[in-house]
Amino acid sequence: MSALSCHGLGRSFGALKAVSGVDLSVAPGARHALIGPNGAGKSTLFRLLTGTMRPDTGTVHLDGDDVTGLSEVRRCRRGMSQTLQHSSLFGSFTVAGTVALAVRRHTGRAVRPWPHREPDVTARTDELLTRLGLADRAGEPVPALSHGERKQLEVALALACSPAVLLLDEPAAGMSPAESARLLTLLTGLPPEVTVLFVEHDLDLVFDLADRVTVLHLGRVLLTGTPDEVRASDAVREAYLGTARREELFTG
Amino acid sequence: MTEVSRRVPAAPPAGADGSPPPRRLPRPGPAIAVVVVLVLAAAPLFLAPYATTTLTRMLVFGLLAVSLDLLVGITGLPSLGHAAYFGAGAYAAGWVSLHVTAAIPVPLLVGAAVGGIAAALTGWVAVRSAGVYFLMLTLAIGEVLAQLAHSWQSVTGGADGLAGIPAPALGGEPLANTGFLYWYVLAVGLVMFAAVWLLARSPFGTALRGIRDNEPRMRAVGYPTTLYKYAAFVAAGTVAGAAGSLLAAQQRLVTPADVGFTTAALVLLAVVIGGAGSLWGPVLGAAIVVLVRDALGPGLGGHGELLLGIVFVLVVYLLPRGAAGIGSLRVRRRRS
Repeated sequence: MSALSCHGLGRSFGALKAVSGVDLSVAPGARHALIGPNGAGKSTLFRLLTGTMRPDTGTVHLDGDDVTGLSEVRRCRRGMSQTLQHSSLFGSFTVAGTVALAVRRHTGRAVRPWPHREPDVTARTDELLTRLGLADRAGEPVPALSHGERKQLEVALALACSPAVLLLDEPAAGMSPAESARLLTLLTGLPPEVTVLFVEHDLDLVFDLADRVTVLHLGRVLLTGTPDEVRASDAVREAYLGTARREELFTG
Repeated sequence: MTEVSRRVPAAPPAGADGSPPPRRLPRPGPAIAVVVVLVLAAAPLFLAPYATTTLTRMLVFGLLAVSLDLLVGITGLPSLGHAAYFGAGAYAAGWVSLHVTAAIPVPLLVGAAVGGIAAALTGWVAVRSAGVYFLMLTLAIGEVLAQLAHSWQSVTGGADGLAGIPAPALGGEPLANTGFLYWYVLAVGLVMFAAVWLLARSPFGTALRGIRDNEPRMRAVGYPTTLYKYAAFVAAGTVAGAAGSLLAAQQRLVTPADVGFTTAALVLLAVVIGGAGSLWGPVLGAAIVVLVRDALGPGLGGHGELLLGIVFVLVVYLLPRGAAGIGSLRVRRRRS
């Protein structure tokens, strides 16, 4: 059974079919990349999967259960977690406070309306911050972080939801090569039981991390295969570069 | 490209997560709070009765401002209809005092309950919207309830209002003395303020601040934000209802003006002047508003509102975070 799958998923904006008839199946524990040229429908598909946007047609299954009608909140409660393309955090919180916010929601306890000690939340927050290399920034207010650190915090926030499936929307967008390399180490180090589906433009990162790649083009799935199959595909090359040379695409 | 959304001037980072805000000077908060409470408690002993009454009105209005700050400053929902729940509580407390009993916890509890119920009945529509739509919906709800106060003659007394409300009674003795009435209002106000303070510092209050900062992200980490906003709305309505019961006890008269737009706008003004999100700032803001409107206004030939307008413009330009922001303003200057 796949950890996350969709069947015949479609969504139109007026006459534009942003996503149409997409079938996708992400195996448990996979590192699945979603790539495609600009306007291929990656972000729309991502939103349909997370539940931020409702599909016109098709279904989404999470761990075998139909979650098409569930909101993003309910999907998150069932083990789906996401980071957003443009880092989107909480301006008045500290780094530790941000992570604690998500950790607290997923302890299984009710969120109480009176102050009380939460040793388990603090411990888990510390653990996550250490794992993501943000431990020494724990007390900093979020606006004081650099772009790369915010992206790290995004991942910490997503992991704080104890996800079974983690969706990352362009985790390396706007990162320097050093930050991007750091992110790769971090993602490679994720627990193997966590399934990862990520949208990414940086093809180096895609081929370093992914064990499965789906290529979207004009709202449809062009190809799903191993990184090598995708690298060798003429159809993918044409979708990206018209008829230009394959080497330019994958070695630039 | 990278954006940390920040809709409302921020409160100091919460202590709920156990981490102190970084690079701040040690704050003398608790000591100041104790001194303020002691001075407030002793005030009737050295103030003239009229001044005591003005101080009582400030406290009533201050509690209303605190309840609104829970919405505006903590949750990020600027409401223009908050006086409706204040008025509902005031009418309910007044009616109970007139027709049933004025024995002390009763009008207070009835006022709080009615304020909460009114917020629960009308809030669901409001919290499903955001921004300007929320502002307009709360305005509409407030006007509807003010109209109800006007036309439901048999209960509210119509345009004349509910007059001749008896003073609240403690153990059979009515609190006719301005000093005793003041202490009653102060005691209820402090308890309610403490409750809102704790709520704002709880995990729930932290989640409300998260919603204020970035609601879509809160949904993405699994918080049902509409439900949380609704709970905050009802809590704020309950506290406003309790403040309304204090108004009935102090003024001994409730009129449709206490429910309507002018009152709602003045509280919002008090919250902004005082500094949204700090909870104590709005009390200060409320005191300024009452002082200008009731104490200085008559001396200016009824132009108190004009003075309020000038104060408001000055505060917005000079103190973007309200009176509560004065401390951090000074700290920032010293640092740079």
